[in-house]
Order: sequence, then C-alpha cells, then structure tokens
Amino acid sequence: MWDGIATGISTVLIPTNLLLVACGCIAGTFIGMLPGLGPISAIALMIPITYGFDPASGMILMAGVYYGAIFGGSTSSILVNAPGVAGTVATSFDGYPMAQQGKAGKALAIAAVASFAGGTIAAVMLMLAAPALARVSLSFQSPDYLMLMILGLTAVSAFASRGNIVQALIATIIGLMLSTVGTDPSAGIQRFTFGSLDLVDGISFLLLAMATFALSEALMSVLKGELQPGSKARTSNDQIGSLRIEKSEAREMVPVVARSSVLGFFVGVLPGAGATVASFLAYGMERALAPIQEKLRFGKGSVRGLTAPETANNAACTGSFVPLLTLGIPGSGTTAVMLGALISYGVQPGPQLYQNNPEVFWSVIISMYIGNVILLILNLPLIPYIARLLALPRQLLIPLILFFSLIGVYLVSFNTFDIYMMTAFAIAAIFLRLFGYPMAPLILGFILGGMMEDNLQRTMTLYDGSLSFLWERPVSLGITVLLVLVVLTPVVRTIRDSRRQG
Amino acid sequence: MKKNLLIFSLCLISQVVGAQNIHFLVPGGAGGGWDSTARGTGLVLREAGLIESASFENISGAGGGKAIGTLIEMAGHRTDTLMINSTPIIVRSVTHLFPFSFHDLTPISRIVGDFQVLLVRGDSPIRDFNDVLALFRQNPRNVKIAGGSVRGDLDHLSAALAFRAAGEDPRLLAYVPYDAGGKALAGFLTGEGDVLSTGLGEVLEYHRSGRLRIIAISSPERIAIAPSVPTYRELGIDFEFVNWRGFFAAPGIPDDVAEQYSAILEQMLETPEWEALRSRNGWQNLFLDRHEFVLFLEQQEQEVSSLLIELGFLRAGQE
Repeated sequence: MWDGIATGISTVLIPTNLLLVACGCIAGTFIGMLPGLGPISAIALMIPITYGFDPASGMILMAGVYYGAIFGGSTSSILVNAPGVAGTVATSFDGYPMAQQGKAGKALAIAAVASFAGGTIAAVMLMLAAPALARVSLSFQSPDYLMLMILGLTAVSAFASRGNIVQALIATIIGLMLSTVGTDPSAGIQRFTFGSLDLVDGISFLLLAMATFALSEALMSVLKGELQPGSKARTSNDQIGSLRIEKSEAREMVPVVARSSVLGFFVGVLPGAGATVASFLAYGMERALAPIQEKLRFGKGSVRGLTAPETANNAACTGSFVPLLTLGIPGSGTTAVMLGALISYGVQPGPQLYQNNPEVFWSVIISMYIGNVILLILNLPLIPYIARLLALPRQLLIPLILFFSLIGVYLVSFNTFDIYMMTAFAIAAIFLRLFGYPMAPLILGFILGGMMEDNLQRTMTLYDGSLSFLWERPVSLGITVLLVLVVLTPVVRTIRDSRRQG
Repeated sequence: MKKNLLIFSLCLISQVVGAQNIHFLVPGGAGGGWDSTARGTGLVLREAGLIESASFENISGAGGGKAIGTLIEMAGHRTDTLMINSTPIIVRSVTHLFPFSFHDLTPISRIVGDFQVLLVRGDSPIRDFNDVLALFRQNPRNVKIAGGSVRGDLDHLSAALAFRAAGEDPRLLAYVPYDAGGKALAGFLTGEGDVLSTGLGEVLEYHRSGRLRIIAISSPERIAIAPSVPTYRELGIDFEFVNWRGFFAAPGIPDDVAEQYSAILEQMLETPEWEALRSRNGWQNLFLDRHEFVLFLEQQEQEVSSLLIELGFLRAGQE
C-alpha cells in the first residue's frame, strides 16, 4: 500500500497534474453553482478536453471537477433554495432558512467546512481500505436497499413535527405518486404518460426540484409583497457576508461531522444508494439523535441539520469511487460517465484496475486530498462575495432566480414542454404551500419513490412475492429493527409524557 | 480488388460532391454509448482526412425519440446530418412508443455492434445453457434472469428470444430489471438472480478473471476475444442477435449523398485510427452498407415484433 501511496503522490505532485486538480476544482465549483448544471454535466463537458491525456491526468481532472461541482452545488441550495442536484436537497432544508435569517455567509462557511471534513475523512477511509471495501459494495441486495430507502423516508418527520403531520404525509404521497410517471421497469408499460413522448422518461428531478423549490419560493415572495419598494432588507450587508462560526456551533458540528462522514462514506460505497440517500439518512439520523429542543430547530436553520447532509454527501461521493475503482461498476450517473472516460483512455476498469493501473488508482485517491484542500482555500475567501448575492434588491434577485431556474432546466433537455410542465408544477406548489403543505417531503418522496419501487419490484420477483426477506436477510432485518425504533420511539415518548402530565 | 476499386471511384465522387462537414446528432446525453461512438467516428473521419470537419449535437429525451423527431424535421433542407442509433429504435417503434420508425429515416450503415450473452457466477452449479433450460423446465421460477433494461427492452428481449428459440414459453421468464447494465452487474455480483443477460463488452473482464462465466453468446460463430464461449447455434438453438450501432440520415436525402456517406464510413473502418478506437472500446466491426442495413433492420423488426406479440406487449394486428 505504501508503494501505491508513494506512486500516487509522485503522480499528483507533477506540476501539470497539480494544475489540473486546481483547474478542475475551480471549473467544477462554478459549474456546480449554476442551478441545473450538476457534476454529471460538468464531467461530461470535460471529456472532450481530456482526449489525449494520460489516464491518470484525465481522472485527476475529472475527480477535481466532481468534488468542485458538489462543493459548488450546495451554494444554490443555500442561497436561493435551488438544489440543482439531488444530493444537495437535504442541504437546502436547513441551509436556506439559515440564509433567510441573514446568516448566509455562516451557512456557506459551515457547508464548506463540512464538505471539506466529509471529503477528507472519506478519502482517508478510501485509502486505507479500498480493496477490502469492494466486499462492502457487494453486501447489499435489493431488499436491503428497499429497507434503506424506507429508513431514508423517515427524514420526513422533520417537517411533520410542526403540527401539520397530515400535510407532510400527503405531500410525501404526492411525491411518491409523481415518481411513478414514466416506464414501469418490471412490466415495461407506460404509466401516466397520456401518450406523450415527453413523459416517457418520467419527470426529471431537476425540473421538479426547480419548480417546487426555487420557482415557488421566488413567486411566493412576490405574493408576500416583498417586491414593494417600501419593504426593507431584513439584515445588514455585513452580517450576510460574515463567515463567523461560533465556538459553541463548532463544538456542535464535531460529532455530527464524525458520524455523518462515516455513514455517508459507507452509503456511498453501496452502488445502489449514493450521495442523495446518504444525505437524507444523515439528516434523519442527526435529528433522531438530537436533544428535544434542538430537534425542533431542524428545518428552521439548525447547524446540525446543515452539517449532517453536507458532510454525508461529500463523503458518499468519495465512497462511490470504491465500486468504480475496485469493481469497475458505476454506482451513480456521474461515476458511469467517468467509467466511459476511463475506457476511452484505454484503461480497462474492473477488478484488475488496482493491479494493472496502480498509478490511476492511487493518484485519484491522493488528488482527493489535494482537491479538498484547494476547494477550501478557494471557497472560504469567496464566500462573503457570493453571499452578498442575497443583498441584491429583490426586484432584481427574483427575476434572476426565475430566469436561471428555467434556463437551467431547458439547457438540459432543450424541450419547451419541460418549461410548461415546470410552470404548472410551480403554480401547483404555490397553492399547496398556501395551504400549509411543505415541499421538502414531496421532493423526498419523489427521489426515494423511484428507487424504492425499483427495489421492491426486484425483491418481489426474486422472492416470488414472499416477504421472507424481512427475516431471512440479516441486513434487511437490522434496518427494519432500526426503522421500527425510529418510528416508535417518539410515539412511546409522547404517550409516556402525556401519562405523566395526566 | 473490385471492392477497392469501388471505394477508389467513390473517393473520386466524394471529391466532386464534397463531404466537407458532417453534423452528428446524438439522441442521448454526453458520455453514453451513443455519444462515444458518434464522437469517435467524427474524430476518426477527420483525422483520416475523409471529411473536413465534424460537429456534434446531443438531443436527449424520450429514450432517443426527440432526436429522431428532429432528424425527420430536417427532411428536404439538410443533408449534412447523421444520427447515431441502435437496437432500441426497433424496439421502441415496434411498441409504438415512438410514433415513427427507421422506415421514416434514411438508413446509412451499420458500423459496430455487441453480442448479447448469458452468464452465471463463477461458483454457480450451472454449466451451460442446457442446464439453464433443464432448471427452467422443472419450474420456470427456478431461473431468475437479471438484466440492465426494463422488461420488453434489450436485455429482456434477447434472453426471451433465446428461450423461445429453444422451444420454451418466453412469457414464463422471471426477469429482474435494473436501470442500467452496470447496476445489473453489481446486483448480480451480490448474488441476486441466477443468470445475467447483458452485452459482451460489459462483462468480458469479469469472464476473463473467472468471477463470472459466460455460458452462451448470440454471435453466428465463436468470436476471437472470447474463444471459449459457445454460441447458441452450437447448442442446436437457432438464435442470433446483434445489438448494433449505426447511422441514419434525414428522410429523402438524394441517393448519391447517402451512398457517399455509406462509402466514407466503410473506408473509415479500415483506418488504423479506427482500429485503435475500436479495440479500446471492445466494439466489433459489423459493417453493413445501406442496402444490407435496411434488410437487416427489417428482419430484426420482424423478430422483435413477433416476440412482443407473444409476450403480450402488442396485440397481433396492432403492428
């Protein structure tokens, strides 16, 4: 292993490669910041540039772009509630409220530090144990994934505890229903497409997230009359840009980072889960572990609620390199694009990569450390300027948000139908919000719904329609027990409390 | 010799007509299989000096349907555009998912392809496809077939066609769908399913390392990169299948222009640049010129639609 690390260090420290990491990180951050352009598009943009590079350099550049895009992706979630990638949806749950309270700089700083910590801790784990972890990648089967997704769905409770349990559950169900539009995987027939070609692939995540989060948020503030010239900015400029994280907050973050990075990394290692599931699980876990008073702050700008998903999604992205590099299996859309690139460099991915191309394997890992450091150094000084975006007059900011959300979606599909659909969803979302239905459970249900259904249908075929997997598979059993605990503990506590009072 | 002469004369024609620029239309996103083939083709054509420049455009959506629609709209005013497509264009037009089919386009040529394989894990008691059939006959639910496409699409269809050719009822196949070949491979490695149906290119490394074992390939004869794998024909089963990739032009382009594109692509396959690209990606050269290509497409359409009728995706006569 030490030989490998030495090879990796010597490959990455070549000036051109260092430059590539830096360029990749910078390009990735900026591409990731634009709503609508996530890591997949960022990496795909790089592929033509890397033709003719040696494989290690090409991978180093792309890995840099990848972390950069994830780093940058949280920015639009926090500032304008526009999560351009599914992995940063959970970041917006507490990041956006925090920015609304005038603490945008702090929220961005917390996100940057959490991302750095998650990425670095995960890189250490990757370096120490990558070949052994290949086995972990292959330890989960469809029923286990199904139970994991259901566990992830319990993060909904963060939005159900404000006296609108029914609304949160209905929103979740609407999300689950929307995820069924498109081609049914196990029957191969079209569902709810009304014979339209535009709906055959289902509703895209980006479209729904932009419509229900960014567009509806921007339009809501128009309805609330914030555009009136008389309405004043809530906070001063200095406070928006301030990076200051209080000592007490830092102390709160440490255990959250530790737990979330380990959880995120292992979920990322699983090819059927990935960064999104990791961020929801970490969010749910931290909320379940938090003391009662802190629990109530989740979804309203909690430091823990922001730290957990940011740490976990970065750790998971690093973890997703395990199946890619040790098995040649892409765990996500992004790593699938990278796999294609590896092949075009003439590197045969698969279980032999570790032996045949150690320089590729190790230099990617070493470049992760350097990439994370570069990102932190690059981003911290920029945060005050980026955060000041919110100090723009509302009359300017809101049209900009509308413009970028619509353009972002259009540029991915080049399909005008998407614009109409997006507008319709945004209007529907405004009505739902006016009646007190939170949007976060809807998007949560939508994202997890598709994955849950895939896994459920596979499980049913594999087990001939029997539920025996619940006790036959130890992993499923373990997650089910955890699930029961998470759901029942608050119920039991409530009953006990009411008895005590009664 | 005669062929070379033909190419030579076509070269002259191309000098006269002048294929200065080819615009490649990719029906999916950047980085996928369609994308890498189209971009690779464009770059090789340019490096080999067969065209002056190549441009690329990705139009994703509706499983490739958007790009086909765009190409049809070009009829009559653009002849410089070639769209890449593959087996799904047949499946999706037969199932009426697309309101159009290859008949509405001008097929130019088939260039590469991959064969479909069935494989088992290295430690599986199943030795060959006959064992699979024996298990299936005992109880069809004994054999769970995993694949990287939805039911009724490539991986399911190719397995179902093989079972049908062996005289079994393809409707009884227990198929476990994953949303991509890589996901199916990952699931299969964890121990899910008994047999995996996928393309040779995706699993060749695993076969070589012994972790997975290919038990049958849909090629007409054994192929050089996996010489130990028997074909279905050797097992006495009349089944062949190519998951092809090829190019299409807008409807109604002049015959001589179509002929010229087909000739340029054929010439390209002979270049060392193409050979390097092809071997790196593990593609098989399976060139068919535009007349052979049309015949091939018609035959595949026949097979697929008769199977889909049998599987209940289509009613007879709906076609």
